[in-house]
Amino acid sequence: MKGNEAIGEGAVRAGCRYFFGYPITPQSELTHYLARRLPEVGGLYLQAESEVASINMVYGASGAGARVMTSSSGPGISLMQEGLSFLAGAELPCVVVNMMRGGPGLGNIAPSQADYFQATKGGGHGDYRLIVLAPNSVQEILDLTGKAFELADYYRNPVMVMADGIMAQMMEPVELKNEAQAEIQAKPWAASGMIDHPGSKRIINSCFVIPEEMEAVNIRLKEKYTQILFNEQDSEGYLLEDAEIVLVAFGTVSRICRAVVEKARQLGIPAGLFRPVTLWPFPAEELKRTTGKAKCFLSVEMNMGQMVEDIQLAISGKAPVYHYGRLGGMVPVARDVLQEVQKLYSGGVVK
Amino acid sequence: MKKVFKRPGILKDVPFHYCPGCTHGVAHRLVAEVIEELGIRDTAIGVAPVGCSVFAMDYFEIDMFQASHGRAPAVATGIKRVLPDRVVFTYQGDGDLAAIGTGEFVHAATRGERITAVFINNAIYGMTGGQMAPTTIMGQVTKTTPFGRDREINGFPIRVCEMLAPLEGTAYLARVAVHTPKAIIQAKKFIKRAFEVQLEGLGFSLVEVLSTCPTNWGLSPLEAVKWLEEKMVPYYPLGEYKSPAGGVINA
Repeated sequence: MKGNEAIGEGAVRAGCRYFFGYPITPQSELTHYLARRLPEVGGLYLQAESEVASINMVYGASGAGARVMTSSSGPGISLMQEGLSFLAGAELPCVVVNMMRGGPGLGNIAPSQADYFQATKGGGHGDYRLIVLAPNSVQEILDLTGKAFELADYYRNPVMVMADGIMAQMMEPVELKNEAQAEIQAKPWAASGMIDHPGSKRIINSCFVIPEEMEAVNIRLKEKYTQILFNEQDSEGYLLEDAEIVLVAFGTVSRICRAVVEKARQLGIPAGLFRPVTLWPFPAEELKRTTGKAKCFLSVEMNMGQMVEDIQLAISGKAPVYHYGRLGGMVPVARDVLQEVQKLYSGGVVK
Repeated sequence: MKKVFKRPGILKDVPFHYCPGCTHGVAHRLVAEVIEELGIRDTAIGVAPVGCSVFAMDYFEIDMFQASHGRAPAVATGIKRVLPDRVVFTYQGDGDLAAIGTGEFVHAATRGERITAVFINNAIYGMTGGQMAPTTIMGQVTKTTPFGRDREINGFPIRVCEMLAPLEGTAYLARVAVHTPKAIIQAKKFIKRAFEVQLEGLGFSLVEVLSTCPTNWGLSPLEAVKWLEEKMVPYYPLGEYKSPAGGVINA
């Protein structure tokens, strides 16, 4: 199955029945898949006139109580930022997929991880957070898409699944677990018409004109984000126990780095890999535990080093953090990353 | 004593925040009366815009959504597609619908979304303090057209009903005003028709309501009513522009 298709199937199996989106590469196959698949299960695929419209259709559908999603890539995700802020403010669940591409500007359609800041540090206006998941295999795309809907509903918050053109286009075998009906909890806040909740009106809203009221909402949101920060950090470690050089990478790059770690070990270099699965919350607690033997960290990304500060914050200055990145849609090659690891190892940083 | 005239139960019994002489209150009341008379309170869902009438979400005692600026038709689309048996309407000002939300209302209309848009045209931005709107008429003085709307700088106003009429997805389009008792009676009739068209599943319906904004027009309420009649109505002719029965301009 292709990565893009796995997201679609994962969504359908998670009980998502509505998709609103606008064409953009490299997420196209996801929309092609859902345009055929959703009607089979009584759902709806609707092509909007823009990403601005599609995220607001998501807002309406979510507020009406539906499991709903949209997907796009960099430029389109930028257009959705206003809507994401409103969804977060009105505490509406939804899943948004970003198949990242080279930027800034129109950039290109090649793989990139340059939207890390946008996804994890805000993107839209106001004080809010997105839960951000970064799968690194087609199987994990399928599984995390399902999990994204669970998290969105549980926390009443938008969840972003972030990958890139490689993950989107890559084909891998997947295990489709039983197609049991996803259990969707009742939504006692949905504004689906008073026929569903006689006598009391409901409002889907992020407008609080009185500062005291807005602050109370902000405080409630902060408590929610704190809870997410404690409960939802997720990561994977590879040969970290005795690692003196810890590579940190997510998504596509984490696969390349795994190969690098294996090769480094063959050369006698004690390297390990730490892979954040959640980008927000960043798995700082788990990363902190790797600082025992680590003499340095190497953040390998397809951007200018956007994750570096999160690593630095997590390890509180216990070791230096280096960065190796390819930009503009270029993908790091294992040989080059290995060279970087060797350089650090022989350069006296580790010894 | 028999009560022959009362506030519709759908309108919350609080003083509205609207300025003296503003006709948002009349438009609210007409929508509320129509919802009550059609017996659709339990299935009605409204979408309030950004602008003076954002507080419609508090005033209408039905389920309401607050949408971001201009996006109400997209939000309404999401609601209606999930809940096709609900009666979904947007309540939008001219800046909201005809400027920042141009893409959303045109495409909701051409898709034939079975929603109803109540479009308040008062030829100005109210809440932000009286700037030029897409519907500001030629020569009209606003805070951002201090020498009057000038074609060389600002171009021309948008006539929304005329613009939507050729789109096949639109089923009902009408322009009304709420500045005289006669106009109000006709306005209610057409607003009701717009909701009925949605109930019949015929397509997109929109009623443009010519409204006053005495505060930002710099006029007394009475002068504002006169200005609407003399300046706005000639540029924005009243009547049904499209209806399932066949539209008649200047009805």
